[in-house]
Amino acid sequence: MRLVILDNYDLASEWAAKYICNRIIQFRPGQDRYFTLGLPTGSTPLGCYKKLIEYHKNGDLSFKYVKTFNMDEYVGLPRNHPESYHSYMWNNFFKHIDIDPNNAHILDGNATDLQAECDAFEKKIKEAGGIDLFVGGIGPDGHIAFNEPGSSLVSRTRLKTLAMDTILANAKYFDGDLSKVPTMALTVGVGTVMDAREVMILITGAHKAFALYKAIEEGVNHMWTVSAFQQHPRTIFVCDEDATLELRVKTVKYFKGLMHVHNKLVDPLYSMKEGN
Amino acid sequence: MRGGQGAARAPVIQFTNCRILRGGALLREDLWVRGGRILDPEKLFFEERRVADEQRDCGGCILAPGFIDVQINGGFGVDFSQASEDVGSGVALVARRILSHGVTSFCPTLVTSPLEVYHKVLPQIPVKSGGPHGAGVLGVHLEGPFISREKRGAHPEAHLRSFEADAFQDVLATYGGLDNVRIVTLAPELGHSQEVIRALTALGICVSLGHSVADLGTAEEAVQSGATFITHLFNAMLPFHHRDPGIVGLLTSDRLPAGRHIFYGMIADGIHTNPAALRIAHRAHPKGTNTLSGSIAPMDTCVRHFLQATGCSVESALEAASLHPAQLLGLEKRKGTLDFGADADFVVLDDSLHVRATYISGELVWQVEEARP
Repeated sequence: MRLVILDNYDLASEWAAKYICNRIIQFRPGQDRYFTLGLPTGSTPLGCYKKLIEYHKNGDLSFKYVKTFNMDEYVGLPRNHPESYHSYMWNNFFKHIDIDPNNAHILDGNATDLQAECDAFEKKIKEAGGIDLFVGGIGPDGHIAFNEPGSSLVSRTRLKTLAMDTILANAKYFDGDLSKVPTMALTVGVGTVMDAREVMILITGAHKAFALYKAIEEGVNHMWTVSAFQQHPRTIFVCDEDATLELRVKTVKYFKGLMHVHNKLVDPLYSMKEGN
Repeated sequence: MRGGQGAARAPVIQFTNCRILRGGALLREDLWVRGGRILDPEKLFFEERRVADEQRDCGGCILAPGFIDVQINGGFGVDFSQASEDVGSGVALVARRILSHGVTSFCPTLVTSPLEVYHKVLPQIPVKSGGPHGAGVLGVHLEGPFISREKRGAHPEAHLRSFEADAFQDVLATYGGLDNVRIVTLAPELGHSQEVIRALTALGICVSLGHSVADLGTAEEAVQSGATFITHLFNAMLPFHHRDPGIVGLLTSDRLPAGRHIFYGMIADGIHTNPAALRIAHRAHPKGTNTLSGSIAPMDTCVRHFLQATGCSVESALEAASLHPAQLLGLEKRKGTLDFGADADFVVLDDSLHVRATYISGELVWQVEEARP
């Protein structure tokens, strides 16, 4: 893996956004060649989305030939509920960019047949040629998407019941009222994300530090599902200083020492203006 | 939201680079319009999977709901109360000219007049949708003749009336019918007025109190009978008195029916009302304030003056000219708001609240000179 450590949240968000920007532009997307991006929600990626929007508004990055697949969506929450992941993606990303609505895929938590919806989602990913870059976050319990502790590391898109840790973490979005938080969600599986050609995990904040430690310094374990990516050939973990608080000094020093190599991935920052 | 058959195929226009008045706040959001109505872009994206057909850059301006003037007696040389063969042209002229003031809907107002005038004029002022031809006519505001002699102001004394025994029939006979009528201003101290108020309210007509010497008790009774508006607060009524605040006391009365909201119009032109009085009223009852032009100062001038005199927020001043009149007339789902599904009647304002452009049903109906091609 690459472990990219930036000083703070803003710098980590910016690094991640630059990386995504460069990957898309270097891919040279076009009419017969779409770049497929897996996308997360939550508070961690907000800074990254803001930077991507900035690059778009500056004319440096277009999403015209990008297809997106979100990781998850709550079950039973109306699509236009302010806390649904559809609302999140619309307000924080889609409404600010030029993506074709037909290419923005999010699981429908109100489908009549939820498993069929999940199967159809897997099929759409396959038909799109697989995911080029899957961006994700990590839960305080070490989960990727809603693959809660105990999820199979080869799982596919399916219905999951949320763990108490996750419900507690999400309560802040529902006026702190636990009874209002959805208890079920549709989520891509660990296996689904592992199929992506490249994976980037964003982790910021001290409250995620223990999960990061478990994910990269301990073994592959279904109790900390992000650990599965130790077996992926191309994973990048982008984090801030606070997220490294539970790691060994040795690990942190090693990867900080590699920053000059990591930074070659984002510098120079490409632009579609140069007719790439 | 669809505005009707075929509206789904109508072009989607996205107004960008603007701040819109929504939910009482100025938000940095785009305004989406289709088929003459405000559109929910999130629904468009996820359900119809469509984007805008056209984007229009608003240059950082404020987009507010179109202003609604519920009391305008004429203007530009036209007097609605003048019995003429062609009242329609006069109304049309005013309707077109007030577009430049940001007014997208209005109630042509007739002052106290002889029966013949009502019978001749009223049928010539039908309710009409707005458009490039002019602001929409919501219905006529009949200010008089059932008002107080003492507080008639400029109304002709000879044509004042009081209610006869069969009061409602008297009303019908006087006006010749209530078909195009939206608001009636009367003095509630007149005998039989309570039954008239009840009858008019039952017909869906807004009853307003004004040109009156009523005390607070009488005014409260009128509200209990259905009155919901006060015509040009402070003007043509008894002044506030600490032992009997009169009609002005309705702003803070605790004897109004539960859940009922009293609205009041103020002519905020810097002449009819002292700024301190504007402030007292607005602070006492901010949700009820309606700015009126009363055909003297243009509506946008009144909004600016009201903002400056009361020191209220821009949002409050804009709502006083749009949302509150719409609420008064029970139209707040379609007018006076930029909520999804509402009619796309809106005004483009610069930061000092000068009108740059006016839109009705999503169509540009007026813009400032230098913007024209």
